[in-house]
Amino acid sequence: MVGIVIISHSKKLAEGVKELVEQMVKGDVKIEAVGGVAVDPNALGTDPIRVKEAIMKVMDEQGVLILGDFGSAILSARVALNMIPPEIRSKIAIANAPLVEGAFVAAVEASTGENLETVKKAAEEARNLRKL
Amino acid sequence: MGTKEVLTSEDFYEIIFRILDVMKENEKYLTDLDAAIGDADHGINMVRGFTLATERLKNVNPASDVGTILNTVAMALLETVGGAAGPLYGMWFMNMAQVTMGKSEVDKKLLAEMLEMGLKGVQDIGGGTQPGEKTMVDAIHPALQELKKAANDPSISLLEALEKAAKAAEEGMKATIPMIAKRGRASYLGERSRGHQDPGATSSYLIIKTIYDYLKEKQG
Repeated sequence: MVGIVIISHSKKLAEGVKELVEQMVKGDVKIEAVGGVAVDPNALGTDPIRVKEAIMKVMDEQGVLILGDFGSAILSARVALNMIPPEIRSKIAIANAPLVEGAFVAAVEASTGENLETVKKAAEEARNLRKL
Repeated sequence: MGTKEVLTSEDFYEIIFRILDVMKENEKYLTDLDAAIGDADHGINMVRGFTLATERLKNVNPASDVGTILNTVAMALLETVGGAAGPLYGMWFMNMAQVTMGKSEVDKKLLAEMLEMGLKGVQDIGGGTQPGEKTMVDAIHPALQELKKAANDPSISLLEALEKAAKAAEEGMKATIPMIAKRGRASYLGERSRGHQDPGATSSYLIIKTIYDYLKEKQG
């Protein structure tokens, strides 16, 4: 099952998205949340080293999908990918998707055993979900 | 004193401590620039990053290879800076470290290679950032062009090459003032980002200038 990494500048936001999404898939999918900066618990930000650790934690044969809130969350994901050996890197993708909706859809797809490409595509299409 | 044509591990070690001093001196300046078009934390973040970098370096032998010293800095920046500057500066130093692994001396040719790899890292992480988009690249790119020219010209000394690079970085930094930001938080401001100097280009210039000032002082 594709693993999922959620990155936000806010630790609370990342953990909140993880909590919400885990409920929806009843804990079947491996999900890690990363947010904030280690040296200062009150500072907002993202840390590529912890992103890399999170990726390795949920790494699965089918790969890992990363979702970030914006800006440096995506930059941190790219740096984390740079620190991972190429043979593993090829099994990791960053989704160009809205964080909450994308993570939800990605987890549902991942829980049915879909491959990385399908999970990523579904997450990216989540931006078209209509609420009204 | 004679001319110094290489920077050694010990030089880089000391330069990192100088960069911390320069970031401290310019903390308010960088944060004020960032307040205009960003989230008003660039100076604070750079000081935080280089503070940890220097603390970590205290446990590293100054005679280690240049790559080890620069990689220690890269990891500290990644962990502490937080905003976009963390991954960008971290990647800059990580790529410069890669080129200098196992080397204890850097001449102007290797310096140009370091900066080229570093710039490539910054551009890749930013998603293909080009000059003219009001970023760090606007200071680093012109400095690299000067170093590359100097690398193949035996009539230009290392000090002269660094002087030209620092000057080019300064001009590049100033050239960001009329630009419209195309990257990062400032890009959401569109036209309103015009008229402000880019904080990232400014800190990048300060780093290049610090290397020049260091060598100038050493050479006497």
